[in-house]
Amino acid sequence: MKLTGAQALIKSLEMEGTEVMFGLPGGAILPVYDPLIESSIRHILVRHEQGAGHMAEGYAHATGRPGVAMVTSGPAATNIVTPLADAYLDSIPLVVITGQVPLSVIGTDAFQECDTIGITMPVTKHNWLVTDPQDIPRIVREAFHVATTGRPGPVLIDFPKDIANQMMDWGWPELVDLPGYKPNLKGHPKQIKDAARLMSEAKRPVIYAGGGILKARAAEALLELAELTGIPVVTTLMARGAFPDRHELCLGMPGMHGNYTAITAIQRSDLLIALGSRFDDRVTGKVDGFAPDAKIIHVDIDPAELGKVRRPDVPIVGDCKNIIERLVKAVVADRAKHDWADISPWMETVRGWQRDFPLQYEQFEDGPLKPQFCIEAIRDHTPTDTIVASGVGQHQMWTSQHWRFDHPYTWVNSGGLGTMGFAIPAAIGAKVGRPDRTVWAIDGDGCFQMTAQELVTASSERIPIKVAILNNAYLGMVRQWQHLFYEERYSEVYLSPDLPDYVKWAEAMGCVAFRVDSPEDVVPTIEKANEIDDRPVVIDFRTDASENVYPMVPVGHSNDDVIVGPPAGEGSR
Amino acid sequence: MEQGTHHILSVLVENKFGVLTRVAGLFARRGYNIFSLAVSPTEDERYSRMTILVDGESAPIEQVTRQLNKLIPVISISELSAADAVERELMLVTIVAGQDARSQATELAAIFEAKILDVGYESMTLMVAGQPEKLDAMTDLLGPFGIVELQRTGRIALPKLSRQSSKLRVVKPGSA
Repeated sequence: MKLTGAQALIKSLEMEGTEVMFGLPGGAILPVYDPLIESSIRHILVRHEQGAGHMAEGYAHATGRPGVAMVTSGPAATNIVTPLADAYLDSIPLVVITGQVPLSVIGTDAFQECDTIGITMPVTKHNWLVTDPQDIPRIVREAFHVATTGRPGPVLIDFPKDIANQMMDWGWPELVDLPGYKPNLKGHPKQIKDAARLMSEAKRPVIYAGGGILKARAAEALLELAELTGIPVVTTLMARGAFPDRHELCLGMPGMHGNYTAITAIQRSDLLIALGSRFDDRVTGKVDGFAPDAKIIHVDIDPAELGKVRRPDVPIVGDCKNIIERLVKAVVADRAKHDWADISPWMETVRGWQRDFPLQYEQFEDGPLKPQFCIEAIRDHTPTDTIVASGVGQHQMWTSQHWRFDHPYTWVNSGGLGTMGFAIPAAIGAKVGRPDRTVWAIDGDGCFQMTAQELVTASSERIPIKVAILNNAYLGMVRQWQHLFYEERYSEVYLSPDLPDYVKWAEAMGCVAFRVDSPEDVVPTIEKANEIDDRPVVIDFRTDASENVYPMVPVGHSNDDVIVGPPAGEGSR
Repeated sequence: MEQGTHHILSVLVENKFGVLTRVAGLFARRGYNIFSLAVSPTEDERYSRMTILVDGESAPIEQVTRQLNKLIPVISISELSAADAVERELMLVTIVAGQDARSQATELAAIFEAKILDVGYESMTLMVAGQPEKLDAMTDLLGPFGIVELQRTGRIALPKLSRQSSKLRVVKPGSA
C-alpha cells in the first residue's frame, strides 16, 4: 500500500492507539492536518502551543497513556519546549510531533525554521528528525516505546514538510529494535533480600514514596507492603494519591512545605525506603543534614538516580511494581526465619507529632477569606475521586496539603519544573482523558493569567472543567519569600484583584463565572458550580493576601529547622 | 591533568548524525569536564567509538557513565582507570627549523622516535606518537626552536592485558 508521509504518520499514530491529540496547525505541518480529517483520532484545537503540551501532560497524568501533541515548526516548536521540559522533569510520557521546513532547505534560515532537534535535545528522552518517509512507522513505534517504557518521558518527532508529501510503502514493524535502550525492570534478587533484612532491623523506618509509584502503577503493591510491615509512608508532591491520605499509615507530604510529621519522621528515621523517589532538593533541604541517621534502600528504574544525591546502602534498579511485589514476598520469607524489630515505640512518637503539630489555619467568620478554607470546601463538596490540577506557587502547596488524596491519578501538577500556568490546560487534558470524573483546577491569579486562553478551547470543545482561582492579587509565593527573607520589601509582586475582571474574562471565554468574597458564600457557590456540566465554570475567590504557606523549611536549611506556623500576628483576621 | 585523576570511557555509539552533539551536550549540561575526545569508526559500520577522557574531579565517574547510558544511541561503555589502560596519542607539530637548526631538530626527532613528515626552507613538520607524557616532554624540548603550529589527536586507549583477569569492565546497568 502506497501512502504519503503524512498519511503514514497519522496511520502510525492510530496504530499506537492514539485516541486524542492536542495541537494547532501551521505552514510546515499543513500536509499532516489533511489526512487527520479522515482519522479516528480526536483533535483538540488549542489556542497556544504551550497549552497543547500541558493538555497532553494532563491527559497522561490522568490516564497513564502517553499524551500526544502536534504543532508546526519554528515558534510553535519553541512554544512547546516548556511542556517538554516539564514532562522531562516529572517523567511524563509525551509524544510531540513538530512540523519542520523541507529537508532541502534545512540550514538556510528558512521561514519558521528553527533547530528543533537541537533545542529539544536537553528536554526530551530522545528525539528524531525524519529524513526518509519509509522510516515513519519505525520512528513512531520507537517514539511511543521510548516515551512509555523504563523511566517515562517526553519524546519528539521533527517532521519535514517534504517528507509529509513523499510516497512510501506502508508496513508496520512488529518489533522495536533499539540496541542502546534496554531498561532493567527486574532488580537483583540478592538486593531485594538485603532490603528485607535491613527492614527487619530498623526501629524507625519510613517509606519515602515518589512519583515512580504512580508511573509503575504500583499503588496497590505499596499498600500491601505498608500494611504488611506497618511502616508509615510519606508521599512526595509527585506521589500524592499513591498512598491513600485516609490510611492511618499515611503521613502526607514531606519537604519544604510538607507537614511537620512527614518532615520529622524522615529526619529521625533509621531506615528510609525510597521507592520511585529521587531525593529532590525540595524534599531533602540541605543534603548534608538530611535524615542523618538513616540507612537507605533506594528503588528506581533509572540507575542514574541511585547515588546521584545520596548513596544508598541497598540500591535496587527496577520497576517499582515488580520490586515491591517481590519485596513483599521477601519480607514474608524473612519474617518466617527472623524476629523483626518492634516499631511500635516509633509509631507512638509519630502519632505524638501528628497530635501536636497538625496543619493549621483559622477562618474567621467575618474575616478575610482563607485560601485553605476554599480548598477544603471544594474537597468536601466533590466526589473523593475528583481529579485536581494546580499551577505553581502557594495555591499548589495549600492544595497538596489540604486536599485529601485517597486515589491514585487524582493529582495533576507540575513538580520538578514548577511551571506557572500549568493548571488550566492540564485540567483540560485530564478531563479529556477521564470524562467520567469531576475535574477541578485550583489555580492562582498569577498562574491563571498565563494560560487562561485555553478556557476558550474548553468551551468550544465542551470540556466542562471547574476552575477555582485563589485570587490574592499577588504572585503569592514570591511575596512570601520577600516577606520572610527580604524584610517585607515587596518587589514586583502585586497584581491587583480586579484587573483583569476575572468574571467578565471567563464569561467572554464561554464559561459560567462567579465571584466569592466572603466565607459564607463559598459552599453555595461550589454547589452551583457542581450543577453545571455543559461548560467550564470559573470561581474567583478573593482570598487573604497576607496568608503564607506553613510549615516551611527555609531554603539552604536542614529539615530540622522547619518553621511550623506563622509568628504571632502574621496573617489577617 | 595529573596522572590518575582522569577516567577513560570507551563509548560505543550508533553511527548516526547528531550523536556527538548528544554526548557533548550531556557533558555540558551536567557540568562534567571532557579533557579530550577522539571519535572514530569501528570495524562495524553501524557503530562509532568515542574515547572520552573525563576529569574525575568534575563528577563521580559512576554518575557520568549512568547518565551517558541513558542516551538511546549509546550502545555500551567500557570504563578504564588510568592505571588499567594503555593510552596513546598522536601529535603533529611544525617548528621553526632553518638550515642552522635542522640537524638539531632531526636529532631530537630521532630520540623521540618522531617522523619527519615535511621539510621547508624555514620550518619542519614532525609526527610523534606515544604516551601523552612523552608528547608533553617533546613539546617542551621543541619550544626553543619556536613552535609554529601544533595539533594533538586526544587519547585513545585500550585495557591493559592483565595476566589474571581482564580489567575491562563493560558498564551497562540498564538504561531508563
